[in-house]
Amino acid sequence: MNKYSKNLLTFFKNIKNLPLTRSHFTYFPDRNVKKVASHGVQKMNMFQAINSAMDHALEEDGSALLFGEDVGFGGVFRCSINLRDKYGKDRVFNTPLCEQGIAGFAIGVANTGATAIAEIQFADYIFPAFDQIVNEAAKYRYRSGGIFDCGSLTFRVPCGAVGHGALYHSQSPEAYFAHTPGLKVVVPRGPIKAKGLLLACIKDKNPCIVFEPKTLYRAAVEQVPVGSYVSEIGQADILRKGSDITLIGWGTQVHVLLEVADLAKKELNVDCEVIDLVTILPWDRETIANSVKKTGRVVVSHEAPLTQGFGSEIAAYIQDKCFLHLEAPVKRVTGWDTPFPHVFEPFYLPNKLRCLSAIKELMNY
Amino acid sequence: MSALRQIHKVLRCSSNVAAGLSRNIVPIFNAARCSSNVSSDHPSMFPGAKAPFVSEPNFTLPSDYSPIPIYRVMDAEGVVNPSQDPNLDRDFVTKMFRDMVLLNTMDKILYESQRQGRISFYMTNFGEEASHIGSAAALENRDWIYGQYREAGVLVWRGFTIEQFIDQCYGNVADIGRGKQMPVHYGSKDLNFVTISSPLSTQMPQAVGAAYAMKRKPNNDSIVVCYFGEGAASEGDAHAAFNFAATLSCPVILFCRNNGFAISTPSHEQYCGDGIAGRGPAYGIATIRVDGTDVFAVYNAMKKAREYVLRENKPIVFEAMAYRVGHHSTSDDSTAYRSAEEIEIWNTTEHPISKLKNYMKKKGWFNEDEENAFVKDVRKQVLKQISVSEKKLKPNWREMFQDVYHEMPEHLKEQMGELEKHVEAHPDFYPLKNFKA
Ligand SMILES: Cc1ncc(C[n+]2csc(CCOP(=O)(O)OP(=O)(O)O)c2C)c(N)n1
Repeated sequence: MNKYSKNLLTFFKNIKNLPLTRSHFTYFPDRNVKKVASHGVQKMNMFQAINSAMDHALEEDGSALLFGEDVGFGGVFRCSINLRDKYGKDRVFNTPLCEQGIAGFAIGVANTGATAIAEIQFADYIFPAFDQIVNEAAKYRYRSGGIFDCGSLTFRVPCGAVGHGALYHSQSPEAYFAHTPGLKVVVPRGPIKAKGLLLACIKDKNPCIVFEPKTLYRAAVEQVPVGSYVSEIGQADILRKGSDITLIGWGTQVHVLLEVADLAKKELNVDCEVIDLVTILPWDRETIANSVKKTGRVVVSHEAPLTQGFGSEIAAYIQDKCFLHLEAPVKRVTGWDTPFPHVFEPFYLPNKLRCLSAIKELMNY
Repeated sequence: MSALRQIHKVLRCSSNVAAGLSRNIVPIFNAARCSSNVSSDHPSMFPGAKAPFVSEPNFTLPSDYSPIPIYRVMDAEGVVNPSQDPNLDRDFVTKMFRDMVLLNTMDKILYESQRQGRISFYMTNFGEEASHIGSAAALENRDWIYGQYREAGVLVWRGFTIEQFIDQCYGNVADIGRGKQMPVHYGSKDLNFVTISSPLSTQMPQAVGAAYAMKRKPNNDSIVVCYFGEGAASEGDAHAAFNFAATLSCPVILFCRNNGFAISTPSHEQYCGDGIAGRGPAYGIATIRVDGTDVFAVYNAMKKAREYVLRENKPIVFEAMAYRVGHHSTSDDSTAYRSAEEIEIWNTTEHPISKLKNYMKKKGWFNEDEENAFVKDVRKQVLKQISVSEKKLKPNWREMFQDVYHEMPEHLKEQMGELEKHVEAHPDFYPLKNFKA
């Protein structure tokens, strides 16, 4: 450090420092790790687990390619670190800065049967690729009578709140893609799931999008199986059993809900069943319906705005299939119908207190 | 045909430029492309291209085109080519220099303040000071600016204050943007600087549309300048902007800041061919490439470009070559992808501030003590402003629901009411003391 920065340091010490952000969730690691034959487990954060998944994919499948903006040096979130060195720059490479190009290129790669793992640097920047993903990737098989497809294609897309990302480094656009027949959309809640889901998507015969909550890349640490394994797409996880109310979320919000379940038990003596939906499309309707039939009450919570968020779809389905079992209306606790704001983030997010208030309201309905 | 375009044609058709063919040679077709095997004097009648026929199926190769040269006025020692000296007076040059120094000084402190966790994010402009100040100085303040994010110098030149910069970085009550966006997303209606948006290149076709609308105003005397990086130029929107600007004949300067990197991606992985300038003629746009570390080159070329754009109601592609001396942003560590030695050259002899300083020294316009005092004073102002801006409250949290629409619709009023009740019931849970009541 030079003299200049030292002076600054002393200067800054003398003025009060406001905490910029307080993390809005407490991470609950997965404990019951599925054993993968002949390999042990290793402590990994989520970007390392994703790195490990891509390492397996590139190793197992010589046709597999990994690309996107700044992917070559490891990616801005470090997910592809060391993979260019290991597999060569014809397999792991930077693309020009163009999301529609990345998506179209990935579709072409997959058309030939080769495996494409494409990174979109931020979910907020996926929209230039919307046409390629929604009109092309999603509809390839259907429109060609099944003779062409791009099933060996997977998009990895960092998403969600980080505390200071504002409008364009915070969005959770899963609902836009859930409106698109032909795609599969998943959201991991932590390292173990991220690795298994990514490998499942890579192997899946349909174009898949993995929305990775970027705040978990470093914050989420678990004992992750070292070997290759898949987590089932389309299968929700019941993370906590309960009889009074069902709480449904995905990604980071699962951890908010797990904490809320603790609070509800302690403060209200309410037993919450917490479900990680895991897959947004095609989603696990059976697990949700069974749980709601048991509890009769449900809160769905996501960071994305309320109107036309994926919670709307879940609520509509529940009233259709579980109407006579419901003790209270289905409640959604979500981001507001505004763009994602910078300094107002603590007021924007569907935090634990807002979720807890919703539980109280439903229990007293 | 304008002089600029003529020069262009010559350069692109002659393979002898490097050998010193004079610039006013009559434009002829590129030898490699058309001389030996032209089979007819009559150009084709195809609606899509007016071109002669040839009898050999030769490819036109990228190497058939000479690179568009880099216009430069001043060398690293500050020695100016006398025929190109803009002869700016001492006060004007001093303002240029001091604005560059102010930007550089403010950047250093705000960068450091992010490292201290005082602001959430920052982007420096190191190494590109001359392209901001040189271009802004050649424009009129009524000209509209659509920026990318690394053009804070344009705002400095136009009089955006240290207070306004720092209030924006804090997103406090005095932030013009009302705390909505991340730091460095400045905007100013008074200074005709359209608010920055993070998604890259989206401003490019917008700038073109604004220029078209401006052109239609009676007695229009304003143009639009759109700044963008060479990385951003890979987006589809960049193509749309170039093509719309040309076909719809828009008075816009498409100003590419080519600083060699898009985060970690070096320009040689971003494009093949002759940079961004090389694309201009292909779109039918007059083009110029300048040394972006030479404030006078940027100034002269920009003056000429502005005149051309306003007179002809046509676009210009303007490529300013420089080097991104700083990290991409506070989220980046560029030593992961480039060497410290490489950076060092651009941070010393090739630094735009060093070049202008040498020029001023030669002129006898540089007083070491006065300039040191100036830097000290700027540092003091910036540091003081940080402590002031940090103490200012954030806007009332209800601001979050404002400006989504022109008028707040019913469903947003309801949501705001719901949050009001919730916050009232749990005042301790929310950081209310930091927000205006
Ligand atoms: C549509 C879109 N994609 C990706 C990004 C992420 N991103 C922010 S800046 C940047 C690099 C831009 O490089 P360049 O245009 O050369 O400008 P420079 O930063 O060098 O000034 C990237 C990839 C973005 N902001 N918007």
